[in-house]
Amino acid sequence: MLIFECPYCGVHAEESELSPGGEAHLKRFGPGSDDADFESYLFIRENPKGVHFERWRHSNGCGKWFHAARCTMTLEVFGTYVAQTFEPPQDLKEKITAKRPGWSWRDFS
Amino acid sequence: MSTRLSSTGRLIDRSQKISFSFNGKNFSGFKGDTLASALLANDQILLGRSFKYHRPRGVVSSGSEEPNALVNLGDGGMFEPNQRTTTTELFDGLSATSQNHWPSLEFDVGAINQYLSRFLPAGFYYKMFIHPRPFWKYIYEPFIRQSAGLGKAPSEKDASTYEHFYAFYDIVVVGGGVAGLQAALTAAKSGKKILLIEQTAHWGGRAPVDGGEVNGQPLDKFVDKCVAVLASMENVTMRTRMMGAGVYDHGYLIAYERLSDHKPEASGPRHRLWRIRTGSIIIATGAIERPLVFSDNDKPGVLLASALRDYIVDYGVSVGDRTVVVTNNDDAYLTAIAVKNAGLEVSAIIDARPNGAGELGEKAKALGISVKAGKGIAKVLGSKRVTGVAICAQAGEGAVLEEIPCDCVAMSGGWSPVVHLYSHCGGKLLWDEEKLMFHPDAHNYPKNHNGKPFILPAGAVSGRMDLSEVLRDATKVGSKAVDSKKTSKPPSARMRVDAPIEAVWMMPQGAGIKLRSKAWLDFQNDVKVSDVQLAAQEGFQSVEHAKRYTTLGMATDQGKLSNINGLATLAASLNAPIPEVGTTTFRPPYTPISMGSIAGLARDEVFQPIRQTPIHVWHEEQGAYMEPVGQWRRPYCYPRTGESYADAVEREINQTRGSLGLIDASTLGKLLIKGPDAAKFLDMLYTNMMSRLKVGKCRYGLMCNENGFLSDDGVVARIDKETFLCHTTSGGADYIHAHMEEWLQTEWWDWKVYVANVTEQFAQVGVVGPNARAVLEKLGGMDVSKDALGFMEWKDGQIGGFKARAYRISFSGELSYEIAVPANQGLAFWQALLEAGQEFGVMPYGTEALHVMRAEKGFIMIGDETDGTVIPQDLGMNWSISQKKTDFLGKRAQERSYMVDVNRWRLVGLQTTDGSVIPDGAYAVGQGRNANGQKNTIGRVTSTYYSPTLQRGIAMGLVHKGPERLGEIIDFPKVDGTIVKVKIVDQVFYDKDGEKQNV
Repeated sequence: MLIFECPYCGVHAEESELSPGGEAHLKRFGPGSDDADFESYLFIRENPKGVHFERWRHSNGCGKWFHAARCTMTLEVFGTYVAQTFEPPQDLKEKITAKRPGWSWRDFS
Repeated sequence: MSTRLSSTGRLIDRSQKISFSFNGKNFSGFKGDTLASALLANDQILLGRSFKYHRPRGVVSSGSEEPNALVNLGDGGMFEPNQRTTTTELFDGLSATSQNHWPSLEFDVGAINQYLSRFLPAGFYYKMFIHPRPFWKYIYEPFIRQSAGLGKAPSEKDASTYEHFYAFYDIVVVGGGVAGLQAALTAAKSGKKILLIEQTAHWGGRAPVDGGEVNGQPLDKFVDKCVAVLASMENVTMRTRMMGAGVYDHGYLIAYERLSDHKPEASGPRHRLWRIRTGSIIIATGAIERPLVFSDNDKPGVLLASALRDYIVDYGVSVGDRTVVVTNNDDAYLTAIAVKNAGLEVSAIIDARPNGAGELGEKAKALGISVKAGKGIAKVLGSKRVTGVAICAQAGEGAVLEEIPCDCVAMSGGWSPVVHLYSHCGGKLLWDEEKLMFHPDAHNYPKNHNGKPFILPAGAVSGRMDLSEVLRDATKVGSKAVDSKKTSKPPSARMRVDAPIEAVWMMPQGAGIKLRSKAWLDFQNDVKVSDVQLAAQEGFQSVEHAKRYTTLGMATDQGKLSNINGLATLAASLNAPIPEVGTTTFRPPYTPISMGSIAGLARDEVFQPIRQTPIHVWHEEQGAYMEPVGQWRRPYCYPRTGESYADAVEREINQTRGSLGLIDASTLGKLLIKGPDAAKFLDMLYTNMMSRLKVGKCRYGLMCNENGFLSDDGVVARIDKETFLCHTTSGGADYIHAHMEEWLQTEWWDWKVYVANVTEQFAQVGVVGPNARAVLEKLGGMDVSKDALGFMEWKDGQIGGFKARAYRISFSGELSYEIAVPANQGLAFWQALLEAGQEFGVMPYGTEALHVMRAEKGFIMIGDETDGTVIPQDLGMNWSISQKKTDFLGKRAQERSYMVDVNRWRLVGLQTTDGSVIPDGAYAVGQGRNANGQKNTIGRVTSTYYSPTLQRGIAMGLVHKGPERLGEIIDFPKVDGTIVKVKIVDQVFYDKDGEKQNV
């Protein structure tokens, strides 16, 4: 039932267009990685009460994957950004700080 | 006697008579009646039996909160159970029957339960039916199922049609009472797009019944004016008979419009489900009156004070000549006054408050109505209807002071705001100790995606009960919804001077167990004060636990009347304050909506779109037996006259292996992968080395997910240095396409690769059998000889004048070509092959023949041999896993300890010793038993068929250390208790060396 603005095509998309894709910014561990790293990559996920970063796909729209930052408690959406990045853009992080001072999520804050 | 009055009746048109039937008896009412008002007008006061004790029940309310007066409505394809008589508008020919009784409404055998109620307390079913354990399935459950349930399920297909609407507004106002009208009017001045909806057929809510003046005009006139102004505004849409059913995140509102329930002869859809996205939602849903809790408060003739007022003023119906009003607040005095004004008798107002009412008390006294302050009802007299009440002191334990004969008891325990929609999306509530109600917490309204409150309650739902307060609040909320800086002046109304309400959760307050076990909280589910107290005593102290243990508020009315009384009773039992006990969760829909409206148009052939190949029509014309494969429909086989499906499959296989068969393989997924990094990309996706594939060649490949499990397979053809065509399974094309996009967009976004799904651009035909080459040569064109087009090669060219790409691949083990032609020529190409193949006795074959032939060859099928927990190594397919590649999806996972465990179940062939076919899904058992005392399983069947080629059953299965146990015989128990003995063999049953396909 959430609405996100697709950062590629600009459409405000809702549940009939979007597919969820789980946690954002996972680092892939492949052959040669140790068991703990690989387990964490495959199975261990954040479950925050508050600021969260997720992957979504505009699957019945432009087809692009993107990232969204939202509050899991109030469902406020802080912003969306393209998936081709290793961390959220600085201006988004600042926007979140203005609304949720002292937030942190994995290594980001 | 309940009867029709001669004078009043605001909503009925006495010039239009309407006939209807109830339990086969014919009655008449007027246009504008509800079924409830029309039945009351005909002295039909007993309308149903309660759920558990089968107690006689009558109408208790006049709206959607009704728990008792539910009926079966209509017949055949129009039949619907559990319809509320209070919201069913009367129409000519309406037919209703009462529910939950046997043999008849008047005489019900199940009513014996009420005399056994001492033995049927809260949690009875849990306590009684747990032992002995096996009794549950065969004795208790069938018995309970037969005696439980209110209405009956329809036996015929729903004859009505339904639809969905998608709509977008700036503001939606839910509730067309005074608050909703005033809020809409204020907000509409901004020019914003507004939808105003009202669940009943009338605007104004209950204010016109209660009366009053606005800006010096009678309330009716004010309502008419508001409606006229709103109707003239272009930016405002108004709908009656439309209920706000549910509020969801980010301004999503589901509304339910009843288009033709009141005129079934009308054409078009019966119900319409609106799926609305809106900026904000003004909730003006008003409040519902609460019953008072006293002994026998469920008898027919006891009803809400506001409901009695409605029946008199709106419908001109008297429930009885002599009414007793019982209350803890001033509002019920309006009912006494309305009764008196209608020329009927008010025997007494029994006011639990020692000091009685404010100005309405004076007015009542002036009309000569006797008020008994500080008193309560000890019990209600009469069996199938009220004959009187016994009065006691509210402060006492129920000693009877006097008995007052009467025909009707009008009760009011205060008002509960309709906060349901506000709460659906997480809105927090506050307990108002003065008004004795939960209302929205103004600092905690649910927020939208921008962090702004988007649900704005207005009027009585916010606890504003006086007309003047309602108008002020609605004006304020209307302005707030449009962010207006200008403050609009609210219409003026005089404030009524009321005495405060007093908490009366039990009447009398010191009632003993005898009275408490007859004092009903939830009328529909038969929950009494004593049940909730027992639940608390037994440790069900959370309101959510107590609810489930007692079933309080779990009936079709979802506790609209019972919730607050129930949790106040629980709070008193726990000696805790009411806000600490809290409310149960409000969930959509507000009142039940039809299943048809949820489905909308998505039923029968439009339930799901069906994908058709270019040859689909031909299959249907041949009478093919079709089966679903993903969203496709594929021929399972082509039975001829007199043939069973099994006969047809056998014939198709024999002819294909013997001469020539054709299969429509157009559903196979076809993904085009192109770009400088295409080869590198495919090396990551497939377990084998696709980058080494030469242009012009084909290779079978396996695809795994990052967990290492097999997800798809298919043949990859290299078109040129930078282009590959990947075949996927029929059901898998879209999924695998998405899988590729995900990795390209989110992990390897700097790789230069494009993926295009060209599945539907081509028709593909499998030309299979010893005469496959001969028929293609007869059509002429491309050289398809062994030297020109070897096994696992592909070539572009012309065949019989068609532009074609031929792949020399085989899923049957025979000499086989798969030929792709442009989709629009698919049918013509298919027919050309049929014609040319006549001399070879060509036969089309279906998916079952395909499956049997691949199983004879020991080829795996995704979804049969795999189930999301199987890795390629389990299937003995190590040959297709590249050892040279440093990485591919699934490689790391396949190195995990469990994946390399020697004890994994692995693929083998299975052959019954008696030649029979192993049942699908059968498990093999070994030595010993597990912790549950069941035999240990050591394997299972994944594919099992009768092989016409070998003339016996063949199967594949995953067996513990299978390949090490060739020749061993294991047991597969069958459902009938017998055991089939099975020998573990090699999985390739036919032409192991591939001599037939490689000619």
